[in-house]
Amino acid sequence: MASEIKQGTLELVNHLPILQVITPMLIAPILVVLNNKTLSWLLSFVGTLACLFISILLVQAVSDGSVLTYYLGGWIPPIGIEYRIDAANAILLFLISIISAIVLIFSYSSLYAEIPEEKHTLFYSCFLLCLTGLLGVVATADIFNVFVFLEISSLSTYVLVAQGAFLDRRALSASFNYLIMGTIGATFFVIGIGYIYMATGSLNMIDIAERVSQLGDNRTIQAGFAFIVVGMGLKLAMVPLHVWLPNAYTFAPTVVTCFLAATATKVALYVLIRFVFSVFNYEDNFVNELFFLLLMPLAVIAMIAASVIAIFKQNLKKLLAYSSLAQIGYMLLGLSLMSQKGLASSLVHMVNHGFTKAALFMSLGAFMLNTKNVYIKSLRGLGKSMPFTSGAFVIGGLSLIGVPGTAGFISKWLLLEAALETGYWLVAVLIIASSLFAVIYIWKIIEVLYFSDSSESYSEVGALILMPIWILALFCIFLGINTSLTVDVANMATEILFK
Amino acid sequence: MDSNFSFIYGHLPYWLFIILMLSGLFIVVSRGNLIKKIVGLNIFQTSVFMFYISIGKMKGGTAPILLDKSADDSAVIYSNPLPHVLILTAIVVGIATTALGLALIIKIREEYDTVEEDDIQKMDQKDLKKYNRNNVLETNS
Repeated sequence: MASEIKQGTLELVNHLPILQVITPMLIAPILVVLNNKTLSWLLSFVGTLACLFISILLVQAVSDGSVLTYYLGGWIPPIGIEYRIDAANAILLFLISIISAIVLIFSYSSLYAEIPEEKHTLFYSCFLLCLTGLLGVVATADIFNVFVFLEISSLSTYVLVAQGAFLDRRALSASFNYLIMGTIGATFFVIGIGYIYMATGSLNMIDIAERVSQLGDNRTIQAGFAFIVVGMGLKLAMVPLHVWLPNAYTFAPTVVTCFLAATATKVALYVLIRFVFSVFNYEDNFVNELFFLLLMPLAVIAMIAASVIAIFKQNLKKLLAYSSLAQIGYMLLGLSLMSQKGLASSLVHMVNHGFTKAALFMSLGAFMLNTKNVYIKSLRGLGKSMPFTSGAFVIGGLSLIGVPGTAGFISKWLLLEAALETGYWLVAVLIIASSLFAVIYIWKIIEVLYFSDSSESYSEVGALILMPIWILALFCIFLGINTSLTVDVANMATEILFK
Repeated sequence: MDSNFSFIYGHLPYWLFIILMLSGLFIVVSRGNLIKKIVGLNIFQTSVFMFYISIGKMKGGTAPILLDKSADDSAVIYSNPLPHVLILTAIVVGIATTALGLALIIKIREEYDTVEEDDIQKMDQKDLKKYNRNNVLETNS
């Protein structure tokens, strides 16, 4: 395994890990000072483009299996904080940055319909802080730093969700519930970190991994692990801990829903993956049993139950939120198979589902700009009057179902393969069953879009709204045909994680 | 009996941490008043602060300050400062969460004129029925 560590010189590539995180963080306060909504949109867009550029450079740098490290302030770990980029987090950094850039294009004109104008500057500032947090969680190799960034992103997420109150006051209680649950999750996570620190005396992931393997069967470590699983379970909306998610996604502004659905839960899942493989010993019996006896059944329940609930939802945002829960089930299932293939499918599905769900939520947002409504009845006949938006929605829907030629097919195929490889036939059958439920709820929407007459006719939305939707839709197709970005990098990542 | 007592007494900070943590969590779950929920959340978080501080403490340890360069410091027992510093960060996070939670409560109070979860849910249910009948959404303005 080629894992050379580049460190210490002044070349720009060595500073990319920190630049990735610090760019949006530095822009956020500037926006508040400037206090101009167009300028702040422009600056945040430029910032996210910079992030995207950096993340592409990072993916290129680590795609050969090497690891980039950055020591904050030059302090050598385990004393100092270390940022560590390998294939597993580079691909997530890419996902987060590209989604944020695309979402910002969409927000330029859609935000006027959803948030009062005087709040736009603060909204973008908050958005950038949320982005900082998510990028930081993924980039860092220090477990306490994970908590700090997680809370930066969560706190700004609560604010962003609450902005939906301009259209619907239920956003406030949704945000409040999210705050309570999210904080409980984060606090559980901190307790877990405390237990790990008690047992190992270190906060650096690599350092802890060495000490954990020396300690062997240690009750403190196991308790810490359990706390971390529950804490992250709350953040990633693992099924019995998911109650905050449907309301938060439904009542948040479209921009926020797109961004959260595509990134936030994935980042929490990434933290769980990172802890299982890079901090704890994944071969440990306790970890394996926990995943087999607890997480796998929960993931399967999520897949089936959330899909069934989604079928009966009339509010389309809520429908897609429940479908998100089911998709999180797929990702958790891939992880809980505890095999290289399973983990790879989980990583690929994170990226593919990120693009798919963002495309779906965004085209739904475009419908909503016209109909002022997200109930299924109001989409009647929109396939004719809004052909481009509907087309993108259909592509996203097909990708969600997993039709061959779309991104969703690749990851579901990988997951099926992984399940069959480990011999879980029943699980494989349930994956297909859950996809069939997805066919039902997506078809329900397509039927209303194309096969029913509308009483009112609307005009197609503007080009600035169509562009980001179609970028996402084309990504759904592109990632279904060209898998070098996702599958190859994910395989590289699993090799590093399973080392 | 004696060894049991010393086990309990020897882990006193941890027992207190657990009691505090569970009472905080219980308040969050059981109370319908949003402000009480925030108070419970605060107690819950504070218990974790206590936990961190107690794992850094050494019996008879002093503050971790370099005393005299010429003297032999290796015999000096001092408390581990790192958990204390970590928890400073967590306290800041806790304050930010509380502030945001209270700000949300103010907004909720303005919109619903109540801070009781049950009442809010009832009003939401009423809204929901209205929306379904008229099929206009989700605006209260």
